[in-house]
Amino acid sequence: MSDILVSEQSAPGADGSGRPSGRLLEVDDLRVEFRTRDGVAKVINGVTYHVDAGETLAVLGESGSGKSVTAQTIMGILDMPPGFVTGGQVRFHGKDMLTMSAEERRRIRGEGIAMIFQDSLSALNPVFTVGFQIAEQFRVRRGMSRSDAKKRAIEMLDQVKIPNAKGRFSNYPHQFSGGMRQRAMIAMSLALDPEVLIADEPTTALDVTVQAQIMDLLGELQRERRMGMILITHDLGVVADVADRIAVMYAGRIVEEADVYDLYAKPAHPYTLGLLNSIPRLDEKGQQLRTIKGLPPNLMNIPPGCPFNPRCPMAQPVCRETVPPLLQIGTGRASACHFAEELVNRD
Amino acid sequence: MTDNIIEVRDLVKHYPVTRGIVFKKTIGQVKAVDGVSFDLKAGETLGVVGESGCGKSTLSRVLMNLEKPTAGTVHYKGQDIAKLSGGALRRLRRQIQLVMQDPYTSLNPRMTVGDLIGEPFEIHSEVAPRGSRRDKVKELLDLVGLNPEHINRYPHQFSGGQRQRIGIARALALRPEVIVCDEPVSALDVSIQAQVMNLLEKLQNELGLSYVFIAHDLSVVRHLSDRVAVMYLGKIVEIGTEDEIYERPTHPYTQALLSAVPVPDPTLRENKAIIRLTGDVPSPISPPSGCRFRTRCWKAQDLCAEQPPLLEIRPGSDHPSACHFAEKREIVATHDA
Repeated sequence: MSDILVSEQSAPGADGSGRPSGRLLEVDDLRVEFRTRDGVAKVINGVTYHVDAGETLAVLGESGSGKSVTAQTIMGILDMPPGFVTGGQVRFHGKDMLTMSAEERRRIRGEGIAMIFQDSLSALNPVFTVGFQIAEQFRVRRGMSRSDAKKRAIEMLDQVKIPNAKGRFSNYPHQFSGGMRQRAMIAMSLALDPEVLIADEPTTALDVTVQAQIMDLLGELQRERRMGMILITHDLGVVADVADRIAVMYAGRIVEEADVYDLYAKPAHPYTLGLLNSIPRLDEKGQQLRTIKGLPPNLMNIPPGCPFNPRCPMAQPVCRETVPPLLQIGTGRASACHFAEELVNRD
Repeated sequence: MTDNIIEVRDLVKHYPVTRGIVFKKTIGQVKAVDGVSFDLKAGETLGVVGESGCGKSTLSRVLMNLEKPTAGTVHYKGQDIAKLSGGALRRLRRQIQLVMQDPYTSLNPRMTVGDLIGEPFEIHSEVAPRGSRRDKVKELLDLVGLNPEHINRYPHQFSGGQRQRIGIARALALRPEVIVCDEPVSALDVSIQAQVMNLLEKLQNELGLSYVFIAHDLSVVRHLSDRVAVMYLGKIVEIGTEDEIYERPTHPYTQALLSAVPVPDPTLRENKAIIRLTGDVPSPISPPSGCRFRTRCWKAQDLCAEQPPLLEIRPGSDHPSACHFAEKREIVATHDA
């Protein structure tokens, strides 16, 4: 695996000088592995991305691509063991969070970076009221009195448009519907006014009409607060609606990064192309869907060369030997494919 | 009417809500399915879409004869399935099979793939004599695109998409005429989802199956379905061909549902006319009077609270819609590329 350590300095995330680049949050060549009884799973193999104030970066990938593990590493909530960070940095305002003291990291959590999760029912504590769980942050972190904290928590519930926020303050999570619980989670994560919000599949468990409500709300709050947002999802539709930039992940690596319009118009990696092609389209009804053949690789045994090569329709001998680095092609976009130029310039 | 393989008439399924442990008192009814009628023709795919709690899974359970309907009937080739028993019921069960949503929990982890797919033959021994069962299972594995050599493996050795193929092979074992697919691809990744949808389509063409395809993903339903029924709170609010529902929807709920589907094309961001519904789906224990959608509907009038709208064809439309004020409205439908 060591031959995979190809430099990625020309990726758009870094400025090449090696010093802090003034980015809000940047992940730099992050590597994480899970050491289990059955072997070592290389879950993240050099991920580099960044997010600035007021922008939405979508991290797109299928299960097992490492998109959630990256987020958990940023937040410092990765289970260690079995997880081990074997390399790279996560810089917040230029400071590496992975080498900070636990106390420093705790201060960033909530105020600097906050996270909302997919499954709001298990993310909320069932034995405390929703209001208490929001107010707790104001009391612990801001030293507010019980009544002030309650007032602020009700304001937060109001901001996420929960009707009758005062009455809802003393409800338990199970008394909320799925959409309302997700709103409560958003209220909780925004309570301390974070600069970056990581949303890990925030609407996957919700129905389409509720999903639309929640995505609207997130967009609105983000614009108001000029937050940076990392939206982790597998839904190509949601991404097209809200993202500014997209990073596509496969087998613990970024395979393509681009502006949202460029990515949908001209994908520069065969995996992205395959994903876009496998969406059912109206003009091809009754025909076979174009699929990506095969399965994602086993992370304990990632194929040599490009990890996508066994499934790639364009694979050549070079793909089985050399790992393609994430190289810049044109402005603001990068692809980790040996044939990215051909792919973008075809027809 | 002879080509209707399944006819559902005024189907009602209520579940009692009880209070107390020793003296159970019924304090209400969850009206999961509340007056649903439709036909399934031989060889066609009927899509059923709706949000969680609309009764689509209850509908599948009644169709499978796993639950007795509270009222109404389900006829399979002219027989009322709720009235069958003994050998007749056993013969019916062969004809209607189910593919379940979650390929991780619907397969017994202690059974090999061969046992899982072969188990239906234990009950319906007339389909395959004992000696030929393993060959039959291998044939089925091959049919759904799995390696027949893997007959002795256990479910955990397969990925999600492969497990769903095992579930499909099991449903096909008895050579049924109808397969009820309850969210068969919603637990799968996009690239795998497409593979399983292609498989379902291929099997339908080869074996002449009829599908009732239940899902919440509107683009998946559109791709596979000939006709589509839209459900809301236990009722069908609109039913028609795939084209009628997706291109010319007349019920406000269908319109809102379609407009809320995120379109995978960023260039449509600005000019998308999105209808935003407010609030959540009301409780099926006490649905609103009259039209059930009126509490979230922007067109609601006094009439809607008084009179439940019938599912019928109204002037200016070509398919049944349960709205007093059904009319066409331009929307950007799913991925029109």
